[in-house]
Amino acid sequence: MVPVPAQAIPPSPDSRITPVKVRAGVDLMINGEHFRHTGDPQMPLLWYLRDVLRLTGTKYGDNHGENGSDLVLLDGKAVSAITVPVAKVAGRKITTVEGLTANDGTLHPLQQAFIAEDAIGCGYCTPGWLMASMDLLNRNPRPSDGDIDQLPNLCRCGCQTRVRRAIKRVAATKAPRP
Amino acid sequence: MSEHRVNDAIRLSRRRFLQVLAGGAGVLMVGIRVADAADAPLPPALLGDTFYDLGAYVRIDREGNVLIGARDPDTGTGVATALPRIIAEELDADWNRVSVIPLGLGVADANGQPRWIYGRQIGGIGGSIPAAWADLRQVGAVARWLLLQAAARRLGVPADRLGSESGTIIAPDGRRFTFGSLVEDASKISLPKTVPPLKDPARFSLVGSPAGDVDAHDIVTGQAAFAIDQQADTALVAVLAHCPWPDGKLKRIDTTDTLAVKGVVKVMQLNPEPDQPWGSTVIAPAVAVLAEDTWSALQGRRKLKLEWAPGASAGESSAAMEQQASTLLAGDTPPTTRVRNDGDIDAAGKKAARRLSASYVQPWLAHATAEPMNCLVRLDKDRARLVVPTQAPQKAWAVVQRLTGLGPAQIEIRVPRVGGGYGRRLDHDFVAEAVMLAKAVDKPVRLLWTREQEFTHDYYRSGCVHQLSVIINRKRQVIGWNQRMASASSLAHRGLPDNRLWTSELEADQLPAGLIPNFRSDWYGQQSAIPRGPARGMPFLSNAFAVESFVDEIAHLLREDPLHTRLRLLGKPRQLPLSAGGTLDIGRLLNVLNLVAERIEWKNWLRSVNGLGIACWYVNGAYVAHAIEAAMQGEKLIIQRVVCAVDVGRVINPLGLEDQVAGATLDALSTALNLAITFKNGQIQQHSYKDYPLASMAQLPDAVEVITVPGNRDPTGASFLAMPTAAPALANAVFRASAVRVRRLPLMKELLRML
Repeated sequence: MVPVPAQAIPPSPDSRITPVKVRAGVDLMINGEHFRHTGDPQMPLLWYLRDVLRLTGTKYGDNHGENGSDLVLLDGKAVSAITVPVAKVAGRKITTVEGLTANDGTLHPLQQAFIAEDAIGCGYCTPGWLMASMDLLNRNPRPSDGDIDQLPNLCRCGCQTRVRRAIKRVAATKAPRP
Repeated sequence: MSEHRVNDAIRLSRRRFLQVLAGGAGVLMVGIRVADAADAPLPPALLGDTFYDLGAYVRIDREGNVLIGARDPDTGTGVATALPRIIAEELDADWNRVSVIPLGLGVADANGQPRWIYGRQIGGIGGSIPAAWADLRQVGAVARWLLLQAAARRLGVPADRLGSESGTIIAPDGRRFTFGSLVEDASKISLPKTVPPLKDPARFSLVGSPAGDVDAHDIVTGQAAFAIDQQADTALVAVLAHCPWPDGKLKRIDTTDTLAVKGVVKVMQLNPEPDQPWGSTVIAPAVAVLAEDTWSALQGRRKLKLEWAPGASAGESSAAMEQQASTLLAGDTPPTTRVRNDGDIDAAGKKAARRLSASYVQPWLAHATAEPMNCLVRLDKDRARLVVPTQAPQKAWAVVQRLTGLGPAQIEIRVPRVGGGYGRRLDHDFVAEAVMLAKAVDKPVRLLWTREQEFTHDYYRSGCVHQLSVIINRKRQVIGWNQRMASASSLAHRGLPDNRLWTSELEADQLPAGLIPNFRSDWYGQQSAIPRGPARGMPFLSNAFAVESFVDEIAHLLREDPLHTRLRLLGKPRQLPLSAGGTLDIGRLLNVLNLVAERIEWKNWLRSVNGLGIACWYVNGAYVAHAIEAAMQGEKLIIQRVVCAVDVGRVINPLGLEDQVAGATLDALSTALNLAITFKNGQIQQHSYKDYPLASMAQLPDAVEVITVPGNRDPTGASFLAMPTAAPALANAVFRASAVRVRRLPLMKELLRML
């Protein structure tokens, strides 16, 4: 793009407003806050969250997003943060586990349900389970056991039966389907 | 509601003093999420500002908030909840006002030797609860005694006329004094010379009642910082490319493209120290890429041009190991160790009316911890500061000490909550790697393994083959049992004499030893350069699968209900002496067996359309049984129902115990259904979760019904108690559902082959 010479800019209606050129970088919207990433646009979202923003709730699981530890919500849908380059999520709404909690510290009902059911093993993969469960409940407020079976997460501690109870606990508070 | 408020208050005060700490250390800290390797494991020096020490584990502030240190690393076993509750019980603390902090390694300098301030510090091997029961109750009792003395002095009455309850000391006239109002005085009183009397268990209010995980709030909000989440501002990120062979060598290296990646700082080589045992040094030769951030390091690693030369292990394959095991067991070679030999198995053969033999083949296994190996190290001239995801901080200390030559107390090791252990983190190869790198650069180093390395460079559980034979007399009694097992010991290359290598593979007393007059147990050791190490549930896991499957095969031969066969084998309730001392209580074993049988309605065993399977085992003083109901839908195996009963003696935290039992059950099922490590030309063939597929939610049962036997004997550990019996109960259920007897794991692969 050819830069516009300054003298070509028409006079501003308000002299206090000065024109600003478009900056380089990727605009990101994470947990309701705006960030601009000026590094490598191919950096996976996971490393941007963890190394740059130090939002470490989203965990490294593996390089292909197979075990679900790195799930975040992208416009409400669960995606694996290591498989998405930062450039691909420009301008889209990203929610991490840190973003589930309200600004006043109130926990989301799903977080409360995980605590109530003690749906935690070592806790490392728990944020990923939360994001996958959010995705499921967004799509289907009263999921069946078969729906819950589709969660992609893996856990060696064996928290699955308790996660199932936590999801059902949240679903039970929703109005039945019309 | 009020509980939340109080917890928030505690959380805020914790945040406050951590910020104070950061200020004192001159390090900028943002909230409590971002910690730094420069910070002390515990802030004892600064705690004095608001918190008062009542011994090494307990601190109380003027408002009555109680901090209790959790001694053992919590790898998901619940010890960070259970251990502090044992202390809080004896202290008579109000649990709602208790905050728990992981203690990290407690080490002092005793004339150049380490003195372990907190005693034993190991997590995930089933020993935390028994050890805590033996010594941490006293910790709480001493702290309570100090508060009682303070109140006694203030009131001018003898301490033995005072009572305590839920964070208060109660005067003879009924007045109550909060711990907070007494703690400043109490902290100035000298510790008692003898341990004050412990509480009468009849008065327990915390021990025996359910408590959720103390870290639950931090975990579900993403605030819980694991070691992998720790930052040190200037730290370089290190990622490694390991040689495919532990005994291989780097032949050629070209780092040009790597060093051209923006952010990459340095490339270094690491080699195992030849004189060091497995688990104490680098696991295999490696090339490390150090960079300013993870993404740069990973890109740099991808651009390495490496050529590795294989070592002798390149001749090994898991298939050949299995073949060798089968040949050994079938031949006349004397065993490496005759583990047990009761009666005369050869003479018993003369009374044989029937005989039965079967072989069971189990694969190599990896640990697949959720949190990969990682380590944050900051080395200064006279100090090493580390954050290590370890199960055994004292062992990590030994590695750091050897590599740095620092004095005992110059080494600080913090251990935050750990993302799974399963025995992998009893080894500290990754600590050696991180320290070696940190010695070569003048910045802190944050080492990170990627998932592929977790699969290809582990201290695996060896595959094994069991060959079992029984002699049955005309009265349908099992009068002879001959078992032979072949495996590569996980204690090899660890400085143990050859005659002890069997101890990681077999137990001398494992069932049905002691129940059958003529009993022989032989172990055949195999050699391998593929690293092995401690694995969750071993040696119980592999042996229970073989033995409890075989007991079902005996029942089938005798056309008998397999529960009945077990009851006949176990006989009357009695104490069975163990060769290592102590006794096995047959009554308690019968009880858990009968409990699961009743719950799953075993009386329908013969009629049930679905298959029912059962198994029981004895694990280090605890008793466990599983009953499983399974069905086949075409080639799909549905695990309909799982019941598990456990008897651990006194239950410290019933909710925590239930979590452990259900979790271990699922882990054992996942492992039995799907998992195997194989190697060819000495190279591990599993590189990702696709190759090592932990069971999906759909494969696992919807629920695990846990029955806990109440008891008042000293508690045992439970972190792997429910591992051994799940797989045989499943295989026995599958036999009833499909008529396929699975004698080879992983089960799904074998079942589909045989259907």
